[in-house]
Amino acid sequence: MNGGGRPLVKVTDLVTHFTRRTGFLGARRETVQAVNGVSFDIAARETLGLVGESGCGKTTLGRTILRLVDRTSGAVRFDGEDVFALDAAALRRMRRRMQIVFQDPDGSLDPRQSIGRAVREGIEVHRLARGAEADRRVEALLAEVGLPAGSAARYPHEFSGGQRQRAAIARALAVEPEFLVCDEPVSALDVSVQAQVLNLFADLQARRGLSYLFISHDLAVIRHIAPRVAVMYLGRIVEHGPSDRIYARPLHPYTQALLTAVPVPDPGKGRRRIVLAGDPPSPVNPPPGCPFHPRCQHPAKDDRCRTARPELRELGAGHFAACHLAGR
Amino acid sequence: MSPWRLAARRFRRNRPAVRGAAVVLLLALGAVAAPLVTADPLAQPDPVRLQDRPPSLAHPLGTDPFSRDVLSRTLHGARVSLVVGVGAALLAVTLGAGVGLAAGLAGRRTDQLLMRGVDVAIALPRILLLLAVFAVWEDAPAAAVVGLIAATGWFQTSRIVRAAVLSLREADFVVAARAIGAPAAGIVRRHLLPHVAAPVIVSASLDVGNIILLEAGLSYLGLGVRPPTPTWGNMIMDGKDVLLSAPWVALAPGLALVATVVAFNLAADGLRDAFDPRTAA
Amino acid sequence: MTGATARAPLLELRDLAVRFTGPDGVARAVDGIDLTVAEGETVGLVGESGCGKSVTTLAILRLVEPPGHIAHGSSVRLEGRDLLALGPKEIRAVRGNHVALVFQDPLSALNPVLRIGAQIAEAIRAHESVTRSTARWRAVEMLAAVGIPDAERRAAAYPHQLSGGMRQRVVLAMALACRPKLLLADEPTTALDVTIQAEILELLDALQRKLGMAVLLVTHNLGIVAERTRRVYVMYAGQIVEEASTERLFAQPAHPYTEGLLAAIPRLEERRARLQAIPGQVPPATAWPAGCRFHPRCPHAWEKCAAEEPPLLDAGARHKARCWLVEEPMRRKK
Repeated sequence: MNGGGRPLVKVTDLVTHFTRRTGFLGARRETVQAVNGVSFDIAARETLGLVGESGCGKTTLGRTILRLVDRTSGAVRFDGEDVFALDAAALRRMRRRMQIVFQDPDGSLDPRQSIGRAVREGIEVHRLARGAEADRRVEALLAEVGLPAGSAARYPHEFSGGQRQRAAIARALAVEPEFLVCDEPVSALDVSVQAQVLNLFADLQARRGLSYLFISHDLAVIRHIAPRVAVMYLGRIVEHGPSDRIYARPLHPYTQALLTAVPVPDPGKGRRRIVLAGDPPSPVNPPPGCPFHPRCQHPAKDDRCRTARPELRELGAGHFAACHLAGR
Repeated sequence: MSPWRLAARRFRRNRPAVRGAAVVLLLALGAVAAPLVTADPLAQPDPVRLQDRPPSLAHPLGTDPFSRDVLSRTLHGARVSLVVGVGAALLAVTLGAGVGLAAGLAGRRTDQLLMRGVDVAIALPRILLLLAVFAVWEDAPAAAVVGLIAATGWFQTSRIVRAAVLSLREADFVVAARAIGAPAAGIVRRHLLPHVAAPVIVSASLDVGNIILLEAGLSYLGLGVRPPTPTWGNMIMDGKDVLLSAPWVALAPGLALVATVVAFNLAADGLRDAFDPRTAA
Repeated sequence: MTGATARAPLLELRDLAVRFTGPDGVARAVDGIDLTVAEGETVGLVGESGCGKSVTTLAILRLVEPPGHIAHGSSVRLEGRDLLALGPKEIRAVRGNHVALVFQDPLSALNPVLRIGAQIAEAIRAHESVTRSTARWRAVEMLAAVGIPDAERRAAAYPHQLSGGMRQRVVLAMALACRPKLLLADEPTTALDVTIQAEILELLDALQRKLGMAVLLVTHNLGIVAERTRRVYVMYAGQIVEEASTERLFAQPAHPYTEGLLAAIPRLEERRARLQAIPGQVPPATAWPAGCRFHPRCPHAWEKCAAEEPPLLDAGARHKARCWLVEEPMRRKK
């Protein structure tokens, strides 16, 4: 996958597994294969959309890229440097360049801190400014994300969900990052507020030249904000490419099912819905062969699907899918 | 408005809690003023004629079997109760918070080690331990009483703090602070401690009542702070023999004890509800 | 099932108002709404958070707790019967039996220490005098009807052993166990994945047809409204601001709020350069704006909008909108 030139973010065969204790009195251990071999590039000023349902590993992927979670194998390179090979000081410097915005505006701001202090934290940690100059920067950031004057002294509970999300964005921007992992940033917001925040993301990208990894389960949101999209299932990317192509002609059976499942605000538009069989899988015990095969409704599903894991193949200009049966 | 101001506002609206706090304050004032406004609690002016006298102008709460002024002794007893109660509570939560923080922040092995230690310590019978130590240690200074009560009572706090730290570690805003590049010490100071402060304060204030009762029990048995220093416990001990003929001797310290413990508990409940309105009954 | 017939509607709300008294004043969460649901009909109640739609469903079953209370003058009629005048025993006989309620979070609706079969059986026995074994048998039947495979064996499971989608099916089974005539579904699929959501909604459709049940579907998701409802009420700031058949609402919305919502949703079929966001935010329920409650955020507002609150005006065939533009369409700004 390539956006042209050296990519800002290059993820290669990233694997993140966790162990967890379960069973009676926590006697058993199980391995959660959250991210199971993911590769992609993101160029500067580019947005890559990452879409998938719960349990697919997208949140873990976002956090692993930022080294907030330990990887098991594979590499993440930011501007050419291996993120996992950095020492503490270099890592701290790197943290300035890549930031994260979370889904839940309630949890992502410390309720005991005023918004101003929260936004200031990055400025103070990296010694970007002090005293009055720092205050000025905080005010400018809050204004940039559309919060009213005087917000700096107030506390998160005094704001609405949309405003809190704006404050969280301001906090991320305080350290002047180049790359933002946006982990379901609008999923908890109402329709009208969501539109405002999505517009804000677009404006910030244009103004500051940011790159985004935009994670969401909402296909319509991804369609709107990401010219390139990757579809994730059970820790792997099953399809990726230009949004226009994928949304018009999805090649992977999962993507097809996903697209037909989304309710469309257009009554009378009858669509054939692909209903998936069975429950969503658990990343603890991924099935052999193609990870999607137990629920796949493709008429030509065969033994190869059950035993051999399909690799991503280019089936159109820049359009990749991991399916034995696609494109036939 | 900051969460602290909000909590203060909620506390002020809770009438029983405010009354409890007022009583505590009054008591503290009385205890501080005691040596200035009352007679010497140890003085035995007239062991024959002033023995067991009922309340009068000269002795508003009467005198005890040793002709000592009950009012004065009650107020001086308050000093002991308050010093031991508040002192031991503070010391206990400091110990508990320290261990809880260490356990919550450390890796799994250290955490397990510390918590198993706490589990063992909780299993030890506190009262028996205190009784045994003070039965042997005859001239224990008040500091020793404070110290030992604290040393046997910090375990619950450590669990509370550890639980708070463990859950906060995963909170998005802590992850955000790590993403910003904040150093671990900074995260503890800025994000963890303020959150832990509230449950710790509540825990401490809930403890005070219990500790005061504990100390009174010990001194009733003649252990810990000993006569002639007046404590409510040993005053009750003095008064039990003359309960029918001179009830004020035991009643004064007894009622003071009840009022104090109830006041502290009401205020502590109020603090708990102020900090976390969801737990309000 | 067809839409409203000449008979009395199954559910009729008239002037329903719910108020909450709090430290910041009185919040008029639901401020006088009229709503009907006919037998077998699926009606949507759509709005964003803070509009009062969830409180409405609670009010129908008199589940509003202090500091909230249903205001005098409100009327809630089920098949002509005034639910607000019922005594506690009688209203309990209605809940779960004639009218069932399903919420967004299946986990909080299920008791974590009881097996799911037992919970459904309990719901049945609360309303019908049947033996334990009959109730259990019917519970298993319901589990199968909601598509839980191997229902007999699964009835012994605890809620935490099931996935989110499965739990929501169980909640539906519990709600429908007594064959209610009306189901109040408050964001029943919001917490679920898209693919599971589709399955649950299909299931709801199928069960509705089978039982001849009416559904009041409360949601903020306009896609679900478009696909699953026949008629829609749009709620804003405690009031109904538009009501119409689903087709008409999407084809010819009459209220600027509805238009705003439709313009603000990102679409699957095409990328638009910028979403048209509705400026501002929902006002707090303790201080609804004077005049038309939407006017501070409305692109077409003029003096009359700030001064007089519009009633629901006729905007076409069985289509009403609470907006002065209905009377003065020329005021619409381009």
